[in-house]
Amino acid sequence: MPSKSAECDVGVVGGGLVGSCLALGLARVGQRVALFDEGDGAVRASHANFALVWVQSKGLGLPEYAGWTIRSADAWASFAAGLKEETGIDVAYERPGGFHLALSEAELEKRAQELKRLHNQPGMVRYATEILDRRQLEGMLPQLGPEVVGGSFCALDGHCNSLRLHFALKSALKGRRVRLCPDHRVERIDWEGGAFNIRTRGCSLLAGKVVIAAGNGSMQLAPMVGLSAPMRPNRGQVIVTERVQRFLNHPIVSVRQTDEGTVMIGDSQLEGSDPQKMTMSVNQAMAARAVRIFPILARLNVVRMWSGIRVMTQDGFPVYDQSERCPGAFVVCCHSGVTLAANHALTLAPMIVAGRLDPVLDPFSARRFDVCQAA
Amino acid sequence: MFARLPEAAATATISVIIDGKSVCARAGDSVAATLLAAGFDRCRTSPVSGAPRGPYCLMGVCFECLVSVDGVGNRQGCLVLVREGMRIETGAGRRDAAR
Repeated sequence: MPSKSAECDVGVVGGGLVGSCLALGLARVGQRVALFDEGDGAVRASHANFALVWVQSKGLGLPEYAGWTIRSADAWASFAAGLKEETGIDVAYERPGGFHLALSEAELEKRAQELKRLHNQPGMVRYATEILDRRQLEGMLPQLGPEVVGGSFCALDGHCNSLRLHFALKSALKGRRVRLCPDHRVERIDWEGGAFNIRTRGCSLLAGKVVIAAGNGSMQLAPMVGLSAPMRPNRGQVIVTERVQRFLNHPIVSVRQTDEGTVMIGDSQLEGSDPQKMTMSVNQAMAARAVRIFPILARLNVVRMWSGIRVMTQDGFPVYDQSERCPGAFVVCCHSGVTLAANHALTLAPMIVAGRLDPVLDPFSARRFDVCQAA
Repeated sequence: MFARLPEAAATATISVIIDGKSVCARAGDSVAATLLAAGFDRCRTSPVSGAPRGPYCLMGVCFECLVSVDGVGNRQGCLVLVREGMRIETGAGRRDAAR
């Protein structure tokens, strides 16, 4: 039961995409929300995203994740329309279907086998990811390089403009009078007499509920309220080109052209969590592969490169959990903050208001990590 | 708006072509300086907002002075020196990657 002295209904810890979407969803149903965020110097996984709203290949090892992903991808158009109505900002969501492309028959065969394993899982949601040959691809991807032999296509894949997504979320939060607390790194959370005392350096706030959505930082914060979030962050690199006229009408998992014309290239997975690191040989390999896929890219100037951290749990799947010891405490951790944005705002936030996660989220509890390691 | 310093008059004159018109430049001028000296205060439009843009920082960081040079789009005008007969084209919006 919330304490009488609680200054807000829900304190959300973490102002990235996940925390912002949850805070917006909570505010939309009338909750008084405080959103805590670190300063500009923080390691921000949300600011390094690739802006895909992506379905294909997700869920091998946890088929429920595929269903949860499709639910969000299906809700994205109305989520984007809601943001536009609330803020006037168009986040440029498109769902033209996306590709994985193969540069050899062996790659294509490997891709087909992966998809077969994914879709053959018991309990897997049914949807189509087709393997297309080169002739079928040519009609959809006019600038395709001669080495591309085929690829997989899923009509459910899409992408958005993530800069404008961040901007729209912040505008919507301000419009909904969410109490924004930037430069407030949460140091401690204490459960005191039915409310959560959220402490930052030099100040504290009492909240009836708390949602920990602090990315990789959730690992430290979750145990304070009887939760856990075992993380294993990794790093990725992205190359950004100058703006050019639209030549690519579909997102490829490693190459996409934004609505404003830039081309983003990036599919690296590196160990480590220091975003200051940049491995140039990895960028060379990414660029070389991208040019083999679309030779026209060789003509473009690169204007930026960056390195970013992925929020990654130990098995790569999201953690959605509620505390038994401290009722009203929740943890939300996932890699796909863009894809799952619609679910977080539209589906998860109302569950948090109700005080109970729906059984559909049971497979995502961190209890799945509480198993004895076999010898 | 821009005038050459008197000592610049001593350098050799060359001619370049800007948007099909022959324009006088000086050896050692950058493309951006040539544009400004010839009265081109806008060299492209923003690919996002459509707003007119002109040379600004003149030292390679702002990417405002993008023009097509000898058929290659989006060159930074401040980092390219003019040559006799160079073809410079001001642009509108996004570059065509095929050019």
